[in-house]
Amino acid sequence: MYKTPCSRLTGVWKCLLRDGLLGVSVQQRLIANASRSHMSVRSLIQLCRKNQTEWITFQHFCFLKRQYVKSSSGLCQRAGPKQEPVASVLDDPDDSVVSQVQQIPALKPEPEAARAARLEARQWKELKVEYSDLPGIYARLSKIKLTALVVTTAAAGFAMAPVPFDPVTFLMASVGTCLSSCTANSINQYFEVPFDSNMNRTKNRPLVRGQISPLHAVSFALACGIPGVTLLTLGVNPLTGFLGALNIFLYTCCYTPLKRLSIANTWVGAVVGAIPPVMGWTAATGSLDPGALLLGAFLFSWQFPHFNALSWNLREDYSRGGYRMMSVTHPSLCKRVALRHSVGLIGLSALGPVLDVTTWTFPLVSLPINLYISYLAFRFYHNGDRQNARKLFFCSLWHLPMLLLLALTCKKRHVPQDEAAVAPSTPSLAL
Amino acid sequence: RRPVEKLSLCCRGHRQSASRPPKHVPRAERTGFSPAAASKCDWIGPPDRLSNLRPIIYHIPENETPLERTLRHLRQDTEDWSHEFWTNQNFTFSKEKEEHVRSQLSSKGLSERDDDGRKRTLSSEEMAVFYKHFLDKNMTRHASYNREWYGRNFTITLLMARVALHNTWRTLTGQTRGTGREKGKST
Repeated sequence: MYKTPCSRLTGVWKCLLRDGLLGVSVQQRLIANASRSHMSVRSLIQLCRKNQTEWITFQHFCFLKRQYVKSSSGLCQRAGPKQEPVASVLDDPDDSVVSQVQQIPALKPEPEAARAARLEARQWKELKVEYSDLPGIYARLSKIKLTALVVTTAAAGFAMAPVPFDPVTFLMASVGTCLSSCTANSINQYFEVPFDSNMNRTKNRPLVRGQISPLHAVSFALACGIPGVTLLTLGVNPLTGFLGALNIFLYTCCYTPLKRLSIANTWVGAVVGAIPPVMGWTAATGSLDPGALLLGAFLFSWQFPHFNALSWNLREDYSRGGYRMMSVTHPSLCKRVALRHSVGLIGLSALGPVLDVTTWTFPLVSLPINLYISYLAFRFYHNGDRQNARKLFFCSLWHLPMLLLLALTCKKRHVPQDEAAVAPSTPSLAL
Repeated sequence: RRPVEKLSLCCRGHRQSASRPPKHVPRAERTGFSPAAASKCDWIGPPDRLSNLRPIIYHIPENETPLERTLRHLRQDTEDWSHEFWTNQNFTFSKEKEEHVRSQLSSKGLSERDDDGRKRTLSSEEMAVFYKHFLDKNMTRHASYNREWYGRNFTITLLMARVALHNTWRTLTGQTRGTGREKGKST
């Protein structure tokens, strides 16, 4: 699917053709045939020349363009060859021509696998479950990568808790969190089928493709959620179970519908992301300590540079799909909030030693990465363009694991007798 | 058992140059596909060009119970309703986007195409104004679609559960239907 039409390619295509739609279809067929039969450039040019001697074919143009660009160094690929006459403009509304053109940017035949996949995607299929595909389907339904990240943050919360490490509790907490996350993600996809169909990022989800029925998805969600929350409640402690259930509720019944109603969804989503490390901590200690809230605050603040930068480049899709995101409706707020929370991470890191969670080295060693993300957030705030948004987003992807790792290495070691002194009187956390 | 596929080729490469939204075409005409007579499954097709939703052709079993019929009608109706909404939405979006680009360019005194014949595009900031406007303008419409979609989705799922339980019960109590319909969560 060619969802980002290359306007340059389209433009080049248009300026080459001189006659009407007849020429367009002839050329289209030629290109299509060429790509299918893996013709070489030379034979294609000859073929085109046989048909329309006064035309310059797209391939010929590309070939000449490359010659020109190669000979003049320092030019970008957009440069057109100056010696070729440019024909008059033709209005070409035919989208399929654009998609045909875009198949041959490098003059290589389309790989067989890609072509087969593309044709297969346009077939009608039986609406029944392929049992061999089920593991893959469930993985995609539960957004397995996101679930893995959630479990990692919960594990980090568990590891940061100032109690002796208990592997059994750790395992149960991890499995319970994993199952809860699978539930939440499945229900989210169940609610969003028509919206997911209309967005490029999400159009290959299992429910959109009809690989399983909505009932099947709900059953899967219940089959994960009930054991998951039960495991957390009975196998770990009721507080963690409660937090797990709360998180599922917040994600499915608050965040998912709010996405289409108000920009407040981002804040709710940030809370949803903040709860897993808190769950990890409470799984270890059994109580909601300030340290747990600090870890939650890290995730909460991190969410804003991460999500705001991501959503900045998806504004068209969000608008068409009817999603109310800050990046679309309140762009300046979007940038401001991203910057505010990136800088806030520096302050939160400083709270680590204050709350006896980490040693004093943590704010120092985390300063470089925090400053870097703040710098990128500032660039995003100042320029507000796609490039800076991308940079900020990709930075956020490695920033979080790094931050958690540093926190873990700087963890304050307590001797067992000090367990009672873990929760000191604390200043209120300004989140 | 590969059925004959008659994909509706008229839809390919067809641009909506009309200023009116596309008329709502009935399902059979729209999809141009008919499964083999021996098939006992529902069939799901590729995403529709206008609404991006995948059409489903439902198999009607011989001894369809009233419950199953209600379910099928509800699903079909929901699909058609959704298809109409999204077709309209996508069409309106493209049309208003074009208008916005055109008006922005003309206010700057630029033609639609530049000297190389390429279509001019606006910067993301200029487009962002349009995206915001589109969202705000359609907020009530979106909200009412959401409400109805949640309701329909929920009802369909409940009905599916009832049908599944009903069929399971009948199979367990030894009542046959003679249609070989799959039970439980297989559909």
